[in-house]
Amino acid sequence: MDVAAAPKLKPNDGGKAPAADAAIEISGVSLRFDTGDGPVEALSNVSLKVARGEFVSFIGPSGCGKTTLLRAVADLETPTSGAIRVNGMSPHEARASRAYGYVFQAPALYPWRSVARNIALPLEVMGFAKAEREARVAKGLELVNLSGFGAKFPWQLSGGMQQRASIARALSFDPDLLLMDEPFGALDEIVRDMLNQQLLRLWDVTGKTVMFVTHSIPEAVFLSTHIVVMSPRPGRIIDVIACDFPRDRALDIRETPEFMGVANRVRHGLREGHSYDG
Amino acid sequence: MKSALAIATVVLGLIAVWYVAAALMNASLQRDQFANSGRADYSAHDLVGASLNMERPKLPAPHQVAAELYKLVLATPPTSKRSLVYHGVITLEETLIGFAIGSALGIGLAVLIVSMRWLDRSMMPWIVASQTVPIIALAPMIVVILNQFDITGVAPKAAIAAYLSFFPVTVGMVKGFRSPDPLQLDLMRTYSATNAQTFIKLRAPASAPFFFASMKVGAAAALVGAVVAEVTKSEDGGLGARLLAGSYYGQTVQIWAALFAAAALSAALVGAIGVAGRVAERRMAFTP
Repeated sequence: MDVAAAPKLKPNDGGKAPAADAAIEISGVSLRFDTGDGPVEALSNVSLKVARGEFVSFIGPSGCGKTTLLRAVADLETPTSGAIRVNGMSPHEARASRAYGYVFQAPALYPWRSVARNIALPLEVMGFAKAEREARVAKGLELVNLSGFGAKFPWQLSGGMQQRASIARALSFDPDLLLMDEPFGALDEIVRDMLNQQLLRLWDVTGKTVMFVTHSIPEAVFLSTHIVVMSPRPGRIIDVIACDFPRDRALDIRETPEFMGVANRVRHGLREGHSYDG
Repeated sequence: MKSALAIATVVLGLIAVWYVAAALMNASLQRDQFANSGRADYSAHDLVGASLNMERPKLPAPHQVAAELYKLVLATPPTSKRSLVYHGVITLEETLIGFAIGSALGIGLAVLIVSMRWLDRSMMPWIVASQTVPIIALAPMIVVILNQFDITGVAPKAAIAAYLSFFPVTVGMVKGFRSPDPLQLDLMRTYSATNAQTFIKLRAPASAPFFFASMKVGAAAALVGAVVAEVTKSEDGGLGARLLAGSYYGQTVQIWAALFAAAALSAALVGAIGVAGRVAERRMAFTP
């Protein structure tokens, strides 16, 4: 099975988008880190196309390069070889044109700024006028159900609320693309379920393209239009699984046989990836 | 309440040790004085009592220092040249000017070092080297050199105070400006923020706790610098000048009184910065 050869993801809005309209095009990307113990092959010949409006999850054991891939798309890491196009631009140009919002594993809110001023941070950096900033912050707070918490400081918020604030911050300047690196990894199951539903609604409302790193199978299946299964040493893609539930899916689809079927295929892919270890 | 008790216990313990040490150190001197005045029929009680109340003891007893401080701080008009308030104000002025120059210089250097990587390698060794030269050797040279340019009075002493105080500020602020974690820095990169924006919106506010810690060390160092400078050039007065005068005339009680005045001044400065720091950190919401 040669999945590394650019598995092309079809857009889920009826196929009206041509190939040039791909939000992300990754072709033959390898990335090697030179560590003290010698070079580490974080990504090996990874190719992938993501169409606009997709929700693509990346799943795999730690060390499979899923975070590295996301960081390479964000121009936070530079591939050793291969090419990445974001909205038809290089990652560097895309970053300069503020094409994406990035949500990290930790909320990374600045503790000396109120929630509202944290959400306003990218707007300040990008030079939005004060009135525009205030309007966007109010909209962002509403989008993540944090209206009324704008004046609070990060330490006054629960972990889930902090992460919601960081999502509002990433969306405040209205980027086409949302890159999310295990945003709910540190939260408990109940909060995570709630945030997954909210994120799905948010994706539906905003129509953003989302790249979402996770290591939870149910989370990946519940959220995604496509699931990319990755395997470590070297980091590579071993399967791309379509996941075409309706966009406004509810939590109880997780009990349907279709859901179980996709989850099983993901689990199978992950196990297959592990058998390479030896 | 419990901590107040603990503090009182420690203070009382220290005073007890001080009394014992004073009695032991002064006893032989006092014995000689008894012998010189032809007195031989003194008891151990007499000896200890006299040892703790000598005019020029090796180590004055706590109550002697307290009495001297009372006399020179409260009972002498502050305009008198014998008043420790008079000399304390001179030292405070030099310290504050030196501290202001030193911390401005220290922060400026830290900004340069953090902004330009090559400056870290090329300047840090010189900054460290500047502090390895004993200030007591350097102070007279600074006074003489500045005198060549007709810079006299407060300025040379403030310069020496600044020389000692810039270093802890530089080291502390470099650490403070580098304190943001990689995630917070990555965030700024995803916004394509300029270095100046990253500095103003992230590095500077993140350095606030380090700022006040640096200021505390810098203020204490500035006071040491001012006192050393006054010892070098004692005709203008100041607590350092009182230390020198006391040692010329064997006035140990006066030396200790001046020492305590300097320590109190230093504690007051550091305490004031600590209060300012707590207020600022609460306003910046670092702490609940």
